[in-house]
Formats: sequence, structure tokens, C-alpha cells
Amino acid sequence: MSEDGFEPRIIAFLCNWCTYTGADLAGTSRLQYPPNVRIIRLMCSGAVDPIYVLKADLAGADGILIGGCHPGDCHYQEGNYKARRRVVALKEILKSAGFDESRIWLRWISASEGSRFAETVREITASLKKMGPNPMKTEWAV
Amino acid sequence: METILKVEKGDTLAAVRGLLKGLLESGAVDLLLVAMRTPRGPVTPGMVVDPVHLSSADPLAPVMPSNMATLAGKLSVRQPRAKIGVVMRACELRALVELVKMQQADLTDLLLIAVDCPGTYDVATFVRKESAQPGVPLWPGLFKTASAAPDTPDAELRLACRMCEQPAYDQAQISIQLFAGDPAQGARVRLTDELGERLGLEPVGVGEGEKRLEKLVASRSAQRDAEFAAMRSRLEGEEGLQGVFAACIRCHNCMTVCPICYCKTCVFKSAIFDHEPMQYVEWARQKGAYRLPADTLLFHLTRMNHMALSCVGCGMCTQACPAELPVGVVFRAVSQRLQETFEYQPGRSSEEALPLVTFKADEWSEVGA
Repeated sequence: MSEDGFEPRIIAFLCNWCTYTGADLAGTSRLQYPPNVRIIRLMCSGAVDPIYVLKADLAGADGILIGGCHPGDCHYQEGNYKARRRVVALKEILKSAGFDESRIWLRWISASEGSRFAETVREITASLKKMGPNPMKTEWAV
Repeated sequence: METILKVEKGDTLAAVRGLLKGLLESGAVDLLLVAMRTPRGPVTPGMVVDPVHLSSADPLAPVMPSNMATLAGKLSVRQPRAKIGVVMRACELRALVELVKMQQADLTDLLLIAVDCPGTYDVATFVRKESAQPGVPLWPGLFKTASAAPDTPDAELRLACRMCEQPAYDQAQISIQLFAGDPAQGARVRLTDELGERLGLEPVGVGEGEKRLEKLVASRSAQRDAEFAAMRSRLEGEEGLQGVFAACIRCHNCMTVCPICYCKTCVFKSAIFDHEPMQYVEWARQKGAYRLPADTLLFHLTRMNHMALSCVGCGMCTQACPAELPVGVVFRAVSQRLQETFEYQPGRSSEEALPLVTFKADEWSEVGA
């Protein structure tokens, strides 16, 4: 619904070693991608506490991206495996509690995958433009 | 081995007390953790060292003032400690197994004594029913109905109990199988051979075991499924979680009484949630209005994230909620799906790792790809 000027706001929790560096590479490579993402750097995708994701979702963030190293490549060995299970659990909880879990993305993006980062942001932005704004934006009794 | 405790004049409680006395006097345990009648009447967990006080022990009283897993944890978590016999229901024992995985309990010096449970009343209802008929035990009627008419339980039993499909625990060293036969005639007990010998008990032929629970479990499962279906349609409909928990007053009782919520300082009581005045103002500005205290849905969703995988459905949360919110049903409904996703059953085995503490390199390979 870009006709009505809705610009989705994506909160991205990116791991320092892979995805954040990949995003940086997208920048230095001058790749064009939608300016809808707000990046928060953490040392590892395994450091993403689901409570951050929930807070962002309940505050009205249209989309939430968690970016980490590919399985097997985690700088801290196992962080991304734990992140994967946490995301599976979080999405199942949201779904079972009647919430929309499709606004949460987990993507493995390595430091050399600048274009994959740009493509991911493009994909999520397009998807959110179709979905519309997060109804939590106007839910004040949360 | 299995044995049948002799019951005289229908006094099954006396037979159970006799068994407990044997455990203390034979030195199998140094003390017992068991529900007790306080001198003034109500039932509360207590410790018994001197067998003379077993005359106050009443593990058959159909009330659960708290989930005793938490207490068993406190008594066992560190050395030095004593050998303690804990007399608990299935949901309490399953919660205890979960606490072991969270390093809040240790089974090494605990002797687990499981008692078949026909369900409990909430504390206020229990007190009222007992005052209405002083001296008349409430448990016989509940066992009779559980066996003869499981589809029509006492409507005053806690909902958590009416939908409990695990009324017995089969991994204790001693299990008092009150659903087997008529407890007023004799109490079937399954226990280790070593304990049986120590207590001088006569072995009998093996009984029906789990089959004693079949009808009751089927009935309870049907009730559970009906409650889940009703709650899910509320959660997925207009009402949503916001509606179901609209009256939440953030007392945090649910968290306090939950055996799985063991954190000394819940994150919601920590500095993280000590928001600055301007944070509140900004949130209110963003949305135009803002419910206070802040983060109510976040509290419940986070609590689900933290404990739903280990939720044993004991329903202490609902019992403790002053706003009478159906906390237990919501959490159980979410837990069921979550536990299925990870093929995990809380309390099944203390060797089984908590799903969020372990992982496999190749699982959910489509996630994140």
C-alpha cells in the first residue's frame, strides 16, 4: 500500500561479526536498498533476547529482522543455533497466543553478503508494504 | 514390587500415615515433606521429623496451597542436606523434575513419594467445604467420582484439575496408587524392592498399573481439548490476548506461585523495567494514550517465553490471580503447541535437556535460509 505513503519501519538486530558487517559492505559497495531499516548491533544473534523482539513488536514496529552468521559459522560457535531455536519458540508462542508472527524474520547473512543484506531489506519492505502497518501501533492498552 | 496397605474402617489416610511412619522409623529418610493440618485446621506443606506429628499429615486433603516442587527444591538444592521423603502429586513431581534441569533442585537425596490425585479445590473453596462438614474427609467422594463418573466431576474442583490428564506420576520410588481399586478397602502401593523389604511389606501380584487411569485420562483429555478450543477461539478472535488479560492488575502473583518461575528477581522487577519518566511520556505520545502499568502483554508473553516449555499445568497461577483471569488455561494452551513443536514433555525425564538450552546442528534448516 505504498499509494497511501505507508513506509514500514523495520527494527533489525544484527550480529556484529556477520550481518552487521554485511550491511556495512552493502553500504561501501553503494548498493541501493530501502531506507526502512533501523539497525541495532549486538555481538551475536544468540544475544538477541526474545524480549527485545516482543517489545519492538508490541510498540508497533512493522517488521523485525534478526540477522546472524550462517549455522556453523558463529563467531562464538553456538550462538546462532540457540538463536534459531529461540526464534522458532517465539514464533510458536505468538501464533498460539493469537498474534501475527509473520512480522519477525530470521536471516543468516554473512559478512561478505552485502547484496544478500540489501535483498533481504528489499524483500521485507515489500512484504510489509503489502501487510500494512502493525496494528500494535494504535493499540495503547498493551 | 507392589503391595496393598491394609485399610481399617475405610481410613486410608491412616494407612498412608503408617507407610510414612515406616519410612521415618526405618531411617529410609531423615524427614518428610508432606501436606499437614496445622493445629488450627487448614492444610499447608510442612516437614516432619518426629513420627508423632504424622497424625497431622494429610496428603489426601484435596487442596494445593502451593506447588511443593519449589519447597522440595529449596530443601535439596545444595549440600549439606538431609535425606528427605517428599509426598507430592504428579504435577508437583513433574515440576520438580523441571527444576532439577534448571539447577533449582537435586534428586540425589530425595525420596519421591507420588500420590494419585483426584483433583483439588482452590484454598477458599476447600476451607468453606470443610467448615460446612467438619471432620468429613472430602477425598473419598472425589476418588469415587473419578472412577465411576469421570465425565461429571465436581464442578467446584479447580479447572486445572478437571482438565489434568496426568493425575499420577510413575517414576517415583514410591507411588500410592489410590485410583487402583477402592482406596477405602486397601491402598495399592508400588515401590522399589529395597524399600519394600526395609518396611517389611508383603508383595502382591502386579496390578493394572497405568490402566487404572484410562477412563479418567480420556475424560480429562476431552475436557482439556474443549477448554483449549474455547480459549483459542478467544485468543484468535476479536478479544485476543489483550482482551483475555484486560483486567490484569500486574500483581505478579501468577509468576510468584509458578513453580517454574524461580528467578529471585524477575526481569520485570529489575532495573530494566525501571523506566525513565520521559520514556513513559514518549510511549504515550507515540500511541496517543498508554495503559499503565506499562508492558502488561509483554509480561505475559515474556513469561511464556521463559517457562511455557516447562509448564506442567498445575494451575497455581489461576488459583492465585485476584482478577480471576484464566492464566493457566492460556499458558497451557500455548504450552501444548510449544511443547509439541519441540517434542518435549516437562517432567518426563530429568535426563532430557531443556529445549532452549540445547540444539542440533541440522534442525529447522529452512529457518533463516
